[in-house]
Parts: sequence; structure tokens; C-alpha cells
Amino acid sequence: MEEIRKPVEKETLNELLLDGAIAPPTANGEVVFDAPWQGRVFGMARLLADQGHYTWDEFRAHLIEKIGDWDRSAAAEDPGEDYRYYDHFLAAFQALLAEKGLLDDSQVEVRHQAFAERPHGHDH
Amino acid sequence: MSEHSPQAIRAEALESLLIEQGLLSESAVDETIALFNDRVGPLNGARVVAKAWCDPAFKAALLEDGTAAIEPFDFQGGEVQKLVVVENTPEVHNAVVCTLCSCYPWALLGLPPTWYKDPAYRSRIVREPRKVLTEFGLDVPAGKEVRVWDSSAEVRYLVLPERPAGTEDLDEEALAALVPREAMIGVAVL
Repeated sequence: MEEIRKPVEKETLNELLLDGAIAPPTANGEVVFDAPWQGRVFGMARLLADQGHYTWDEFRAHLIEKIGDWDRSAAAEDPGEDYRYYDHFLAAFQALLAEKGLLDDSQVEVRHQAFAERPHGHDH
Repeated sequence: MSEHSPQAIRAEALESLLIEQGLLSESAVDETIALFNDRVGPLNGARVVAKAWCDPAFKAALLEDGTAAIEPFDFQGGEVQKLVVVENTPEVHNAVVCTLCSCYPWALLGLPPTWYKDPAYRSRIVREPRKVLTEFGLDVPAGKEVRVWDSSAEVRYLVLPERPAGTEDLDEEALAALVPREAMIGVAVL
């Protein structure tokens, strides 16, 4: 009798996929990004979850919250304002990092400011 | 969106801080995305397989006309083409190839693996299927028939693997999690 192969993944499929309203854009069976930074954020968020710093479910909760905040905000009702999934993803990731004590917002602001002050054309 | 956008700079700031803290590396981030796609890609196909295992009427419809049977799922990706689902049984093992290029049911299986596109696989699976399958770690018993299906731009094939024993208590979602891409191409079984 063959051994039963039970799934060894930490999350269920639906949890992994962030199904429904909070799902990342996909095409041809892979996640797709409009810009490289989105891929970086996605990869970072997944990697730290894989390493056990938090569960994917915890990330999901933050993502739901950020998207919910936007839904309820004036921006959502403004016809000129697009729904930008990865903006919320990024915000959720940063919020989770702060919650877990991995990075705090002020550190991030300082670094952001330093990078923003680099002259354009900087090769990094 | 420019890499000078506030979001791009923010992402870069986060990454540089996390790298400094030794929490991740650039290459590890790259690998994670690829691994994720690798898991997510075949999930549509896996869901179809799981449903076929659980729902005899769906299975019959799927084997009769794969294209029509999966239409309600509304899988995105790739141009609309004919899908034929071939069933593994105790008597028959199926394997899929595209001898001419790399036609493949993207919407169901995600990115084709590199080996599927390799000329060696593409020619050898037709000429010496049992040997190639053995190289994949699959020994098909001598009495069992091996059928190899050649995909084209017009027709794509998906293998419906045999449901493994001992899975009677699993629901569709749990079953779908068991089905790897290789089994739906036909170079592995569960």
C-alpha cells in the first residue's frame, strides 16, 4: 500500500493564494508585476514568512486591513484614483515588519529619505 | 511605474535595511518568487484534477470535452485552444509532449518547466517513453500501455492522474494540494 502524500506546506492553497478580493494579479499561472519593486516586495514578504518571522496568515490580515482602509477612504470614491494593489501590499508589509519588531517606521523613513536624495541616474 | 517612484524607493529602503539586518539576501528574494510561481502555476490544473476525482459527472464531462468542462472555471492565460484530458488507469499511463516546440496548457499548469522545452525530452519521450520515464523516477510496469500525446497550437493535453489510495477523507482543496505539475504532464504519478 502506498504511503499517503499529505501536503507539507504550511498554508492551505487558498491561504497561499490570497484568494478573492486580496489576490495578487496573475497571468498564465504566475504572479505578475507592473514594476520591479512590486516583485521585490512580494518576494520579501514571502521569504520572511517562509523563514518563520510571521505566518502568511498574519500578512494576509494586514493586507486585508490596508485594502479595507482604502475602500473606506475618500480615495476609493474618486474616479481618478486607481486601485493599486501593490501600494497596499507594501503598506501591509511595512506594518507587519513594525508589528513584529523587525523594522520600525522611523528607520524606514530615514533610509527612504536618504535614497530619495540620491541624484537621478544613480546606479544601484 | 518608475523605479524613482515613492513606492519603489520605499521597497528599496526596506530591502536594504532587511539585508543589513541579515534577514534576507537579494538572491533569496529572487528564488522565493520563482518558488512561489512554481507552486501556484499548476494549481488550476490541480483543482481540475481534484474535482474530477470527487465528482464523477464532472470527470465524465472533462474526458468527453475538456475545453467545455473547464470553461466555468474561467482560467485566464493563453489563447483559447482545445484541451483534451487523458486519464491514467491501471491499464494505461499517459505522457504529454510538444515535439515541435513547447505547446503546453499554460492556463492550467503555469510556466512550462525547462526540461519540457528541451529537445532531448521532446524527441526521446516519443521514441523511448519508458526509458525517459524511468529517468524521471517512474517505472511503468511492463504490462501497462504507455500513450504519448503530441501537443500543438490547436490541441493541448492534460493528464488526469490516478487518485492515490488512502485519500478518501480529503476534500477537494486538500486533494488539489497533492497534485504536482509533473503528474499532469505524465512524468510522475502520485
